[in-house]
Amino acid sequence: MSEDIAYEVMMDHYRNPHNYGTIENATNRITEYNPICGDTVHLEMIINEGRIEDIKFVGRGCSISQASASILTETVKGKSISSLNDLTDQKYLMDLGVSLGPARERCALLSLNALRKAIAGDGTAP
Amino acid sequence: MLNPTKVKNDFPIFRRKIDGKEIIYLDNAATTQKPKSVIDAIKDYYENFNSNVHRGIYKLSEEATDMYEKARKNVSDFIGGNDQNGLVFVRNATEALNLLASSIGQSLKRDDEVLLTLMEHHSNIVPWQFLMGKGVKIKYADLKEDGTLNMEDFTSKITQHTKVVSVTHVSNVLGTINDAKELARISHEKEATFILDGAQSVPHMPVDVKDIDCDYVAFSGHKMLGPMGIGGLYGKPDLLSKLPPYMGGGEMINTVTTEGSTWADIPLKFEAGTPNVADAIGLSAAVDYLKNIGMKEVRKHESEMILYAFQEEKYMENLKSFGPRSLHLRGGVYSFNIGDIPSFNIQRELEANSIRISRASMHPHDVASEIDKEGIAIRSGHHCAMPLMARLDVQATARASFYIYNSKEEIDKLFIGLQNATARFGH
Repeated sequence: MSEDIAYEVMMDHYRNPHNYGTIENATNRITEYNPICGDTVHLEMIINEGRIEDIKFVGRGCSISQASASILTETVKGKSISSLNDLTDQKYLMDLGVSLGPARERCALLSLNALRKAIAGDGTAP
Repeated sequence: MLNPTKVKNDFPIFRRKIDGKEIIYLDNAATTQKPKSVIDAIKDYYENFNSNVHRGIYKLSEEATDMYEKARKNVSDFIGGNDQNGLVFVRNATEALNLLASSIGQSLKRDDEVLLTLMEHHSNIVPWQFLMGKGVKIKYADLKEDGTLNMEDFTSKITQHTKVVSVTHVSNVLGTINDAKELARISHEKEATFILDGAQSVPHMPVDVKDIDCDYVAFSGHKMLGPMGIGGLYGKPDLLSKLPPYMGGGEMINTVTTEGSTWADIPLKFEAGTPNVADAIGLSAAVDYLKNIGMKEVRKHESEMILYAFQEEKYMENLKSFGPRSLHLRGGVYSFNIGDIPSFNIQRELEANSIRISRASMHPHDVASEIDKEGIAIRSGHHCAMPLMARLDVQATARASFYIYNSKEEIDKLFIGLQNATARFGH
């Protein structure tokens, strides 16, 4: 996938986010901020028997942070929690297919870091 | 009259091109570029005078001490200090404010009050919040809709419990110039200590601590053409003398025994450890550069720049800018958004006003990222002023902040860049 197309895919996720919303009977919730810029991602998910059965997000921030959240929900929905160990920062950024530079990489990783915290159990219901 | 294009020639960094484009640097509220004279002064110190100050009795140390103390006098004079011993060299305005909160805080008790405003930088909020653990109350004076301080609210929040009033001279987001002299007068009427955060004023306009009658003023060298890692805390010498020290170590003592220690006189009482001599000398060179231009000229230039931005912004659809419109109340800071960028609220996000759907809005990070492609450096985010963002009900803003090397042509390029950015973004 060329970088131009990858960028267009991200912009499409930004404008038409997937899995946008909340889950009434969520087992884990978290609101994560990027302290540098205030970008926000709120994740809600149902984790059952070590598997992410459902996941949704609500957020506000730049196109990169919000598109990434949408892509993340698509990536991890239905996956086992143990499989997330292989989803390193580096791999996640590679899969996005867009070279972002260090400042915007933090935007892209906001939702992944939130997901890890939520699963680790310090996901606090706001 | 100040000629920004000529001024720009004094700054080596502007010879650099990034991706073949000249640098248009509009993030001066964050830090400023350095003229050659400042860089040379630091180099000269290290090449010819480097040694520790106030200690050696050999020639090098005597010369270095003399240069360091002359730098102190020059910086003190620059802000109208009548006694150079009132000028403490610190790392930056943040360190100055931490020093004050810590040292003044030692004598504050439960239910004593500190009055701040809602337009403070985090560096003038968080150090005071450290005192909340011992029962000190922090109050915040509100703003008016035009972005100026609400003086009625300010006055009503000073009580007989108010021990400290600490206020920014110029907002780093709104550009609001506060009436420091009047705020000092009201504070002193209530016998409160008045602290001025001069980080955004000392670099940009004439500041006279005697005329304002502030008890303390904090400022950063790197925001006024000087090097990073040096700044100033000016205090009325009688107040500074009574204030307990902040850090302990060498240089700040008179005598040390196993039973205890006594303190050196000011300013050394507040300068524990080997000071940042080279950068103090660099800051002094920056002061010389600014004096040569004249602070009234600096101020006039920035007023012209902000006025020009006001004129040009009209052609930009959906642009909302923040802060007072009266030039005499406004520094050279220009915060804006493309469309509405409200603060985060889950319920509100779930309603159909999300910026992803609304094509009228473009998040400030995307704005900054897009115009960076044209070589224009602006800031985006909360600008270390989250309580102000909450008050304005915005999550973040984009911000262009001007200085002596910025020209109207650069403002033209900023707005052209914004037009192109919004077009690319699909508006």
